[in-house]
Amino acid sequence: MRRVAITGLGVVAPGGIGVKEYWDLLTAGRTATRTISFYDPSQFRSRVAAECDFDPLAAGLSQQETRRLDRAAQFAVVSTREALADSGLDTSALDPGRIGTSLGSAVGCTTSLEREYAVVSDGGREWLVDHTYAIPQLYRHFVPSSMAAEVGQAAGAEGPAAVVSTGCTSGLDSLGHAVELIREGTCDVMIAGATEAPISPITSACFDAILATTPRNDTPESACRPFDRTRSGLVLGEGAAVLVLEELESARARGAHVYAEIAGFAQRCNAYHMTGLKPDGREMSEAIDAALAEARIDPSAIDYINAHGSGTKMNDRHETGAFKRSLGEHAYRTAISSIKSMIGHSLGAIGSLEIAACALAMEHGVLPPTANLHEPDPDLDLDYIPLTAREKQTDVVLSVGSGFGGFQSAMVLARPERSIA
Amino acid sequence: MTTTTVVTGLGIAAPNGLGTEDYWKATLAGESGIGPVTRFDATRYPARLAGEVPGFVAEEHIPSRLMPQTDHMTRLALAAAEWALEDAGIDTGDVPEYGMGTVTSASGGAVEFGQRELQNLWSKGKEHVSAYQSFAWFYAVNTGQISIRHKLRGPSGVLLTEQAGGIDAIGQARRHVRKGFQAVVSGGVDAGICPWGWVPQLAAGLMSTEQDPARAFLPFSADASGYVVGEGGAILVAEDLAAARARGASHVYGEIAGYAATLDPAPGSGRPPGLVKAVRTALADAGLAPADIDVVFADAAGVPELDRAEAEALAEVFGPGAVPVTAPKSSTGRLLAGGAALDAATALLALRDGVVPHTAGVGAPAAGYPIDLVTGAPREADLRNALVLARGHGGFNAALVVSRTA
Amino acid sequence: MTTTTSTTVTLADLTRMLRESAGEEEGIDLDGDVLDTPFLELGYDSLALLQVIGEVQRTYGISVPDDAVVDAETPRALLELINSGQGSEA
Repeated sequence: MRRVAITGLGVVAPGGIGVKEYWDLLTAGRTATRTISFYDPSQFRSRVAAECDFDPLAAGLSQQETRRLDRAAQFAVVSTREALADSGLDTSALDPGRIGTSLGSAVGCTTSLEREYAVVSDGGREWLVDHTYAIPQLYRHFVPSSMAAEVGQAAGAEGPAAVVSTGCTSGLDSLGHAVELIREGTCDVMIAGATEAPISPITSACFDAILATTPRNDTPESACRPFDRTRSGLVLGEGAAVLVLEELESARARGAHVYAEIAGFAQRCNAYHMTGLKPDGREMSEAIDAALAEARIDPSAIDYINAHGSGTKMNDRHETGAFKRSLGEHAYRTAISSIKSMIGHSLGAIGSLEIAACALAMEHGVLPPTANLHEPDPDLDLDYIPLTAREKQTDVVLSVGSGFGGFQSAMVLARPERSIA
Repeated sequence: MTTTTVVTGLGIAAPNGLGTEDYWKATLAGESGIGPVTRFDATRYPARLAGEVPGFVAEEHIPSRLMPQTDHMTRLALAAAEWALEDAGIDTGDVPEYGMGTVTSASGGAVEFGQRELQNLWSKGKEHVSAYQSFAWFYAVNTGQISIRHKLRGPSGVLLTEQAGGIDAIGQARRHVRKGFQAVVSGGVDAGICPWGWVPQLAAGLMSTEQDPARAFLPFSADASGYVVGEGGAILVAEDLAAARARGASHVYGEIAGYAATLDPAPGSGRPPGLVKAVRTALADAGLAPADIDVVFADAAGVPELDRAEAEALAEVFGPGAVPVTAPKSSTGRLLAGGAALDAATALLALRDGVVPHTAGVGAPAAGYPIDLVTGAPREADLRNALVLARGHGGFNAALVVSRTA
Repeated sequence: MTTTTSTTVTLADLTRMLRESAGEEEGIDLDGDVLDTPFLELGYDSLALLQVIGEVQRTYGISVPDDAVVDAETPRALLELINSGQGSEA
């Protein structure tokens, strides 16, 4: 059976461009949430977001790329270049047909699309929008698949490429898809990850309309409070993480640095509600069980869980229920945290950002905390690593996600040198 | 991998026919679904034709509670999924709880719904944005709604490769079946015939601006002038053959025998595009040689340089004119995320009935295109294996081999 | 935004808006005696309520507190929230 190693990481995240700054932020327990600066948020109920201070030219993009690409695509390409450099892989020496691309995104090029919509509709006045004002690259923004093509072409990849778009599990599912392509033998290397730049008025409006985002506007830096009694909703984020995944033996043969093995992945649907979750976490638990079974790892071996932890009461109960269902008593001994408390919820990107964080946690023996967790919800009785990072060597790490559409995903990272049952 | 993945159910919503048999009859009769746009006033735009699905009264197919939260695209997808499951004769209650999943393709999402809410926000303010906007427009909506409607809790997904996505969704469905899941509802249905769906495509410059419906979309013709957009697509039930036989499935359309996808290299790299590689890899995956393929359902962009590239790729793999090539999409327009799924369904119907539907409306391929384009009338033939091709904007190539089941 | 108005929203108004903005569950008679029937039993989830509350706010200029979607489990409770001393801008 072919196994899959993470050999390179690239990150654009709120509070830091690049892996080093990202990890510094997470381990310091610092938050990057703030009052929205990209547009005037005063009409919205929730006016907080975790924004990236991203200068495309400073991040290495050309003038042409900066003009052509939506912000989410810019994040993805910058992350791809960092990940490839980190991996030390010379893709030009490989068969490009054996390199694939899998990029997650829930809402694609929303930022550019809304901006251009406003232009061609004359600020929303015209239903029959004016094509003479359309920019040439508008269709590339319209079909977010173009982002996977940009990433693949930037990496010299000519194998299968796709955008995986399963709402807020896109970032886990895109990695899971990539793992499958390596395992089945279609690809030896995958450029895999996810990107999102959703901070735009229409996103604020649609999350406002369902009261999903927090109204805690007075203290934006502590607005996202997963597992805390005072939590009041999610905080929108943005960013990207791209990973270089390689077939383990070939990675070892070239002497690559291996952060971790992606040992198991599973995805299920709750078939219940487009946005709602049941408190029992049944289908997420099924995904966890299946991912562990694929990894041939016992639940009692899990050292850390990177939670979905979006900052809503519904989520906190749902996933706590799922952890208890799958881990039993071991759930009470397992360290759990949500990095969304620091970098917000970047929708389709967050799953890959979280896996990058898990890989770094295994690398450095440090678990990122749940920031802003001052008053634990008495109904939630697990160990959610409040406020400060914790030193702990980990061999097996679980990350989970839930997405609109009812998607539930679970991924297991492990040290490749562990003995396999 | 000994699992054989077959298609046991089809649901079709196409511009020239609602429902599988209406569509198939119209296709063999060469009846076109392309006509003036009626879903919005297109007279101010240079492209004014489309393939619109006829006779779809959503209220007859979609529960009242779902109406305010679904776009036209999702309503068509829900109807097609229901027909596909009925056709397969699967009682989802008899399948293990996590034994069935849903994988669909998407291109620009539910654009009409999205445009309405953008307009509400920009012209009236955020209080006017629907509570359903958070998911009704997005790329995963068809998969999510199908999964919920039919209680499909197995592995699910959404793949975006523009027009190639229908094939990628079917390929992904086969992966899940091979891993031991009984069946996956897959394919794609798209619908973006609204101003905000129109303008980005006009900006890309590949739409036909010809005003005569009979002349607007002529793939492989010397008169090809771009493509016409259509709506609709197909939903297929991909199922493990042994499980289908065990439950006494009444029919099997054919096997999903081979699949491959590639990405073109960056423009200007000097490297060749990936279509030939996709075809060869899909054939190898199916364990077939080029001579085993009895018909090719082409991507058929209707854009001269793309048509030429496809014709030359086919000649490179099969030899000049060595295999019948057809593009029934000349009667539907390009359905974006729904197009390749509809072509796959059409190929399965062709295998079933031993007939190659023709490229209606196209007299002959342009001089110098080295292909045997089936034109004029359907061609009867003993079909064992069909190849379906699709290309997605930006460099995506996908190839699917479907075979008659032994 | 808040306007003081003498308009009272009736059950008939509410069911009409529910039908328009969220549809109608099969097998449920919204014109029957539903005043005290929980929304869940009528086939309406929180999104449906948010949708109808939005409609009330737009049509009548009445501001309804965010918690209404959780607290008002029946048409009677929701109508009371809508008609009783609204106007506090949260």
